[in-house]
Amino acid sequence: MLTEVFTLRQAEKEARLRDELVELVAHHRRNCPPYDQILAALGAEREPATLADLPWLPVRLFKTRKLASVPDDQVIRVLTSSGTTGDVSRIHLDREAAATQSRMLARTLGTVLGPRRLPMVVVDRSGVVGDRRSYSARGAGALGMVNFGRDHLWLLDADDRPDVAALKDFLARHGDAPFLIFGFTFMVWRYLYEVARDHGLDLSQGILVHSGGWKKLVDQAVDNAEFRRRLGADTGLTRIHNFYGMVEQIGTVFLEGPDGGSLYCPDFADVIIRDPVTWQEAPVGRPGLIEVISNLPTSYPGNVLLTEDLGVVHGVDDGHWPGKRFGVLGRLPRAEARGCSDTYPGGR
Amino acid sequence: MELQRLRTVFRTALELPEDAEVESLEYRGIERWDSLAHMSLVAAIEDDFGVMLDTDEVIDLSSFDRARQILEKHGVVLTD
Repeated sequence: MLTEVFTLRQAEKEARLRDELVELVAHHRRNCPPYDQILAALGAEREPATLADLPWLPVRLFKTRKLASVPDDQVIRVLTSSGTTGDVSRIHLDREAAATQSRMLARTLGTVLGPRRLPMVVVDRSGVVGDRRSYSARGAGALGMVNFGRDHLWLLDADDRPDVAALKDFLARHGDAPFLIFGFTFMVWRYLYEVARDHGLDLSQGILVHSGGWKKLVDQAVDNAEFRRRLGADTGLTRIHNFYGMVEQIGTVFLEGPDGGSLYCPDFADVIIRDPVTWQEAPVGRPGLIEVISNLPTSYPGNVLLTEDLGVVHGVDDGHWPGKRFGVLGRLPRAEARGCSDTYPGGR
Repeated sequence: MELQRLRTVFRTALELPEDAEVESLEYRGIERWDSLAHMSLVAAIEDDFGVMLDTDEVIDLSSFDRARQILEKHGVVLTD
């Protein structure tokens, strides 16, 4: 499998990223006064020796503060994402940042999809992207993916019912060569897996890219391993790639490798798992909060973010691709998350 | 092939008036050319000129001029 972005072993990646990130932090401090004030208040003045020393922002800060490193007249897109609380992150992109994020997302997913746009099934309804002015987070996710496909089939009708006849028709036309399937994890399970199983459909040429978490599947006792096992056994679908990413670091996705079960970091990004009590980096195998690091954000200070998700590093330089591989375990319980935000764990 | 044909494809896909100036357009430079319209534009270019664009080209197709260059790469030379 050819890849342009899953190439660096951990030591080399950390050395490169550390230098790039020191530059980026300085750039954002010069160009985003609120960010500079936050870092000054945290006392983050010492030169970071390693990636783990970089000052981080809690991801929810983008919900309460306008943080941009470019003047308003250069902003061409403001991305928003609704959180569970109803607060909305606002992410400001200039032309360059917008172009870079699409290009790097394409390189990342291109690793498993190849350069050609494949016939594509979107496990959603076309209406989810219909209203230009108010995309939902779901719509924005689907819209970000459609570039990777052609001859799109939107699987669900206006009432969120899967169109089985249209799916059969799609498979008759495209089902004997690689095709792309995209959807949110629980929707893939509910609307594609169950339908394909019940109708005996063959998805063995499909490449599934999915995201969105397992919370809604917990009731059915479906985790990543079970998801992969059942899709493979009942529909023939084995090329399955979960990914983890967020609007606050748009363009950066952590992608499940062909070996299944672990998410890998592209060369321009990394994760650090932090003990939620001491904030120290957790060793391999010990769960903690996920900090995401990426060199993509240039128009807003989103390079080093502490998420409210729990994760665990599975291994380093020991998987299908080099670097860290990790898993996401779910959200930090709400009350604890509020505690984190209040005590404000950023910086040194 | 005539460049006029590409102008027409742009106007139709982006739902612009028949006499709209398209040569200076840039992706996201106008409200009508958003990511949704972009997919219509790509599909229209592929249908009209009988080409298949790769993912990189779809992302790179950020202006009328880029569209012209990408078509040229596919052997479709457009002249006035």
